Amino acid sequence: MALPKRPPLPVILIANDLVDGEVVFRTASGWSADAREALIAGNAEAADALEAEGLAEMNRNKVVDAYLVDVVLGDDGPQPRHFRERLRTLGPSIRTDLGKQGRSGETQGAQHVPV
Amino acid sequence: MYRYDEFDARFVRERVREFRTQVERRLDGSLTEDEFKPLRLQNGLYLQLHAYMLRIAIPYGTLSSRQLRQLALIADRYDRGYGHFTTRQNLQFNWPKLKDVPDILDLLADVEMHAIQTSGNCIRNVTADHFAGVAADEVEDPRPTAELIRQWSSLHPEFSFLPRKFKIAVTGAEHDRAAIKAHDIGLRILRHPGTGEIGYEVIVGGGLGRTPMIGKVVREFLPKPDLLSFLEAIMRVYNLEGRRDNKFKARVKILVHEIGAEEFRRRVEEEFAALDGPSVNADPEEVRRIAAYFAPPPYEELPERSVKLSIAQAAHRDFARFVETNVSAHRVPGYAAVTISLKPIGGVPGDATSEQMRIIAELADRHSFGELRVTHMQNLVLAHVRKDELFALWEALDAAELATANASLVTDIISCPGLDYCSLATARSIPIAQSLSRRFADGARQREIGPLGIKISGCINACGHHHIGNIGILGLEKNGAEYYQLTLGGDATEKAALGERLGPGLAAEEVPDAVEKIVNVYLEKRAAGEEFIATYRRIGIAPFRQMFE
Repeated sequence: MALPKRPPLPVILIANDLVDGEVVFRTASGWSADAREALIAGNAEAADALEAEGLAEMNRNKVVDAYLVDVVLGDDGPQPRHFRERLRTLGPSIRTDLGKQGRSGETQGAQHVPV
Repeated sequence: MYRYDEFDARFVRERVREFRTQVERRLDGSLTEDEFKPLRLQNGLYLQLHAYMLRIAIPYGTLSSRQLRQLALIADRYDRGYGHFTTRQNLQFNWPKLKDVPDILDLLADVEMHAIQTSGNCIRNVTADHFAGVAADEVEDPRPTAELIRQWSSLHPEFSFLPRKFKIAVTGAEHDRAAIKAHDIGLRILRHPGTGEIGYEVIVGGGLGRTPMIGKVVREFLPKPDLLSFLEAIMRVYNLEGRRDNKFKARVKILVHEIGAEEFRRRVEEEFAALDGPSVNADPEEVRRIAAYFAPPPYEELPERSVKLSIAQAAHRDFARFVETNVSAHRVPGYAAVTISLKPIGGVPGDATSEQMRIIAELADRHSFGELRVTHMQNLVLAHVRKDELFALWEALDAAELATANASLVTDIISCPGLDYCSLATARSIPIAQSLSRRFADGARQREIGPLGIKISGCINACGHHHIGNIGILGLEKNGAEYYQLTLGGDATEKAALGERLGPGLAAEEVPDAVEKIVNVYLEKRAAGEEFIATYRRIGIAPFRQMFE
């Protein structure tokens, strides 16, 4: 079976926490619910390493459904290029009181894709 | 309402205990996600975009006030203070934590509820006409049939691992409010035209999703006692011959389509003839026991006309409008069925806060024998309200901002959760519903337009039933952006039809103007008293397409 296509660089590793299902991002030292703390892989080797960590962390039953997401880098940290992943870093666009966007500080400056 | 017997109660408790140990084993690492996923899905627990999601079965959409209060308690204690009513008459919580789910299931078991078979390739929650037992046009209450099917299909050893999920809907009325032709099996209770005997018309192979189909009649008249053996024959043919090599071609509709309705019918009849009917069919005593739970509540003898109601209608314009749109005829004189719209202007279709749930539960106790219905339109119904009490009920609903007078109108929009919650979605659907709701917010304009069903799905799986919307909207993705395809002429009723594509896809911001144009064509072309779908059938899609050329 062909491997899934690697997204364009740079990338971050995104997953769901096993216990509470919260969207989490791989950091230099573990996992964070804050995308601004995400470890950014800017080359193929770093992306491979990040992907391998995701697999290992799933095998260690820390997270579920870990995969790489391509991002653009800005003043507020990495922001996913795709609107689906952007929604995951924020929360439902129709309930901005819920999800990460509902907690002060975590998603400051980030905006939903307008509908 | 049906009440659990000793067996039901023990079965559900044992299932919770079993799942509790499975969650413990998942959390301590004894089970991998691959091992755990089918187990959690069998208990209605999904992993969605932002969090886990728990889908709770509300069999045939019937709910007691006690159960609704328990759902409110769960929403507050373990979720984010609200729940989402779905097109399968279920309720979803969007934010439970895995570690809390066994406790939630225990709370559900306390009120005779569970989340079993709300996912997976099994027979899902059976749905029914939300006016069951009260509709003026009903031959027989479909709920005893739905309950019988629920019991038969719960953990049925032969049908727990089907090629794909399987959905059954039942109606007992001439007018189909349960979308039975869009189900894997649709049952319509009817009288035999010759003998007057009550039985079923059996329809198989309907469904939406990526390959939408309208169901085909496989039996014009099935005697009631043969129901389970006939269903078993259908399921056996499907289980044996439904495709397991391709999940996109695995639903029974594909089998019916590939071999033809005639051949499918022949195979079912052959299987049915070979089955030992008496060993499969329900014991008549058990059928009577189940039916007794659905005996009508203790109605009072009342005059058909309520003077109190007439006076209130004359005195309060908003109330009169609510009666016009949200109050339906009841088979018992002096009573009415009331639709509580969960579609406030600009709101999220189908969402109810825990506070609203408690208020509605209280109103159900006060005005409707403590019983509620969930509709596949994502609204709630109080099915047994005295006409004399309609005004008091409306006042209470109005105070709780639950008196939106839009049932079946253009703002009574079905919408799946879409990409705001769902991991399968390709686009958002709720914001589209909200923008259309705001666009058509004016009540007078809505009433002028009349019944018009807009249904929105955020992907081709069609949980928002877009194929059978008078106006259907499908959210897709192209080049990293959301866009929307419109279909016209879909119909969920006994005249079931799939909508026809209007033209190229639209950006989200273009959708309200497009719907406005469609509505304007209808208003211009309609004959006196003609609803949107009737006009569409008469004039076809061409005049609508012209507006987009």
